[in-house]
Amino acid sequence: MMNLTKLISSASSSSAASRSKTLISSSSSFLNRSFSTDDSKVLTIETSIPFTAHNCEPPSRTVETTEKELLGFFKEMALMRRMEIAADSLYKSKLIRGFCHLYDGQEAVAVGMEAAITKKDCIITAYRDHCIFLGRGGTLVEAFSELMGRRDGCSKGKGGSMHFYKKDSGFYGGHGIVGAQVPLGIGLSFAQKYNKDEAVTFAMYGDGAANQGQLFEALNIAALWDLPAILVCENNHYGMGTAEWRAAKSPAYYKRGDYVPGLKVDGMDAFAVKQACKFAKEHVLQKGPIILEMDTYRYHGHSMSDPGSTYRTRDEISGVRQERDPVERIRKLVLAHDLATEKELKDMEKEIRKEVDDAIAQAKESPMPEPSELFTNVYVKGFGVESYGADRKEVRAVLP
Amino acid sequence: MAKSVKELGKKWMISSFNKRGFSTDCSTLKSSSSSSSTVEKQSGKTVNLFTAINQALYIALETDPNAYLFGEDVSFGGVFRCSTGLADQFGSKRVFNTPLCEQGIVGFGIGLAAMGNRAIAEIQFADYIFPAFDQIVNEAAKFRYRSGNQFNCGGLTIRTPYGAVGHGGHYHSQSPESFFCQVPGLKVVIPRSPKQAKGLLLASIRDPNPVIFFEPKWLYRLVVEEVPEDDYMFPLSEAEVIRHGSDITLVGWGSQLAVMEQACVDAEKEGISCELIDLKTLIPWDKETVEASVRKTGRLLVSHEAPVTGGFGAEISASIMERCFMRLEAPVARTCGLDTPFPLVFEPFFMPTKNKILDAIKATVNY
Repeated sequence: MMNLTKLISSASSSSAASRSKTLISSSSSFLNRSFSTDDSKVLTIETSIPFTAHNCEPPSRTVETTEKELLGFFKEMALMRRMEIAADSLYKSKLIRGFCHLYDGQEAVAVGMEAAITKKDCIITAYRDHCIFLGRGGTLVEAFSELMGRRDGCSKGKGGSMHFYKKDSGFYGGHGIVGAQVPLGIGLSFAQKYNKDEAVTFAMYGDGAANQGQLFEALNIAALWDLPAILVCENNHYGMGTAEWRAAKSPAYYKRGDYVPGLKVDGMDAFAVKQACKFAKEHVLQKGPIILEMDTYRYHGHSMSDPGSTYRTRDEISGVRQERDPVERIRKLVLAHDLATEKELKDMEKEIRKEVDDAIAQAKESPMPEPSELFTNVYVKGFGVESYGADRKEVRAVLP
Repeated sequence: MAKSVKELGKKWMISSFNKRGFSTDCSTLKSSSSSSSTVEKQSGKTVNLFTAINQALYIALETDPNAYLFGEDVSFGGVFRCSTGLADQFGSKRVFNTPLCEQGIVGFGIGLAAMGNRAIAEIQFADYIFPAFDQIVNEAAKFRYRSGNQFNCGGLTIRTPYGAVGHGGHYHSQSPESFFCQVPGLKVVIPRSPKQAKGLLLASIRDPNPVIFFEPKWLYRLVVEEVPEDDYMFPLSEAEVIRHGSDITLVGWGSQLAVMEQACVDAEKEGISCELIDLKTLIPWDKETVEASVRKTGRLLVSHEAPVTGGFGAEISASIMERCFMRLEAPVARTCGLDTPFPLVFEPFFMPTKNKILDAIKATVNY
C-alpha cells in the first residue's frame, strides 16, 4: 500500500538531488509525530454512493484501507490543494508564465488512483497535470521549478505548467492539445501487453475531450486488440466554459464506449476512486479496455485566464465545496475513526503550508535554463538537423 | 439544433441567395470595397482589436440572415471576447457553442457552407487548428475543384487567434500560417490593426472562397484605433504600403508589422529610409505591390514569427528573386522565428525582435 513515506523516499531516490532533502526531513519528522496510526489495522469504509456500471458487474462499495493510508490520503490531498492555491498566487504575481490549469477540487482522483496501482503502471494525462505528477512521486520543488521555468523543474524548465513528466515512475505527462494524449496512452498499453509487463495504462481526459474524434479511434483500437488501457474521464462538468450537457448528446461518459464496459465513480471520494481503479486494473489485464468516469469538480476556472464564474453560479461552486469536497470528506473520516483531533489536522495543514512555502523559496533560487537549451532537444544531437550561426537561423543537416 | 439550423438556412436561402455574391467573380466584393475609401473618412469610435472584430461579426450576422457563428465557448463571448453579446442579439440558433472538437467544427462548417450559407467558424487558438487540418486541406480547399464547380464551401471563414503573447508557451503562441499557404483553394488573411481587422474580416466572410482569418492575439487589447462604425470592406489580395521609403523594402503581416515599424523608425535615425508593406493576404498574395517596391529600393527584408525554414518569407523571397534578380542589390533578408518549437521561457530569444530586424536592415543596406 502506498503511503507518504514511500512516496517521498521514492521521489528522492529517483531525483537523486540534494535539493529535496529539506523536504524529506521536514515531512519525515512530521510523520514521526505521535499519531496513533497502525499500518496493519484494516478499516472498512463504505463509498459515498454505489458505482454505476455499463456492461460489467460493479465492484463492492466496501473498501478496505488502513489507518496509515487514510491519514496519508488527507496529507497528500491537503498538500495538492495547497500547491494549487500557491500556484494561483504565483501566476497572479507573474512568476508563472504560460497557461496554467489548476486541479483543486479533483484531488481525490489523483490520490485514489495512485493508491490502487504501482509505478509500473503508466499514467498519461492532459494539461491539468500538477497533482498527477505529485501523486507519481514528483517533488514540490520540481513542480514549482517547472511552473516558473527553472532548471530544477521536472522538464528542465522547458515545458512549463502543461508539460510535467516523470519517466522513472511511468508518468508520460502533460499534453497540450485536448484529447491528443488518449491515442498515445493506447500505444503505451500495447507496448505493455506486448512486453508482458502485467501493467496497465491510465489514459486521462476531460469531459470536453470526450467529444474528440480521436478518442473513439483510440478506443476502437484498444478494444479490437484487448489492450490493458483504462480510459479515465475526469468529468468536471465543464469543457472550458461549456457545460457538459451543451456539448455532449450523452453526458454518461462511462457508457459512451458502447461495446467497451464502463463504470461511473464518485470522483470526489478517494476511496471510491481507489476501488474503481483496482477493479479496472484487474479487468483490463484480462478483458481489454474499460472507461472510468470520475464525477468530479474543479473549483478554479478552466485556466488562469478564466475566472470560472461566467458560465456557472457561485452558489454551485460553494455548494460542491460544502457537500462534496474531497479533502473535507477524508477529514471527516479521520475524525470519525479517531485517528487525529481537529487541531492535529489543522497543525498538519500548517506544516503543509510551510512545506509548500519552503519549496517555492527553493524553486525561486533555481536558475533559469542555459540560453543554449533553446536549441537542444529539437533533434537528437549529431543525428540530424542542428542550428548554427550567431542567431542560429541557419540550419544544416549533419550526418552521424 | 442542427435540424433547425438547416431549416432556417433553407428558408433564407431562397429569399436572399441571389443578392449574395456566391460565384467565382468578385464583382460584388469589388464594388463594395471601392466605396470603402469614402467610408474611411467617416469618423468612428476608438476601439481595440477584439471590439473591431466584434463589430465585423455583428455586421456580418445582421446583413446576412444565412450567416452563422460557432466554435468553442463562442456563445459566451469567446475566450478573447470577440463574440460578446452576439448570441443575445442573434439568438442561439445562429451563434452557438460547439463541442470541443476542431475537426468536427470545420467539417460542420464546410457542410453548412455547401448549402449556400456563410459559416463563420472559430478555432480557439491557431495551435488547435491541426486536428482540423485534414478537413481544411482535403475537404474545404478542394471542394470546388474536384466537383467541377458543382459544389463549394466559399461561405466558410475560419477565424483563429495566432502568434505570441509574451508568455503563451508552446501551445498558445504558434503562427501556423505557412502550412495553409501551400493549399490552393484557400485564402489566408491576417490583419494588423482594429480598422484593418474589421474591413478584412467582412471581406473574408463575404469572399466566395474558404478563408482562414488569423487574428493577432497579442493585439486584441493592446492596440486601439479609430474604427468606422459602418459596414466597410478592404479588398483581399491587395497589399498596402504603410510607410514609404527608398533604401529597403520590408514585408510583413499581422502583429509583426508593429515591430517592423519600430525598426524602420530606428533605421531612419541612422539615415536609412525604409518602405514597409503590409501583405494582408498571404495567398493569393499581391506580388505586384511588393515587386514595384523592390524595383524602387533594390532590397528586401521579410519578417514573420513562424520559424524561418519553410515560412512564407521563403516564398516571397523566391518570387521576388525571380522577378527582380537584376535589380537586387543584396540577398533577400529573412528575420523570422528560430527553427525550434515555440519556447516557454526563451520567447524573447525566439522572436524576430526590433533589434534583429534593425541589424538585418543595416546588413542588407551595407551589403
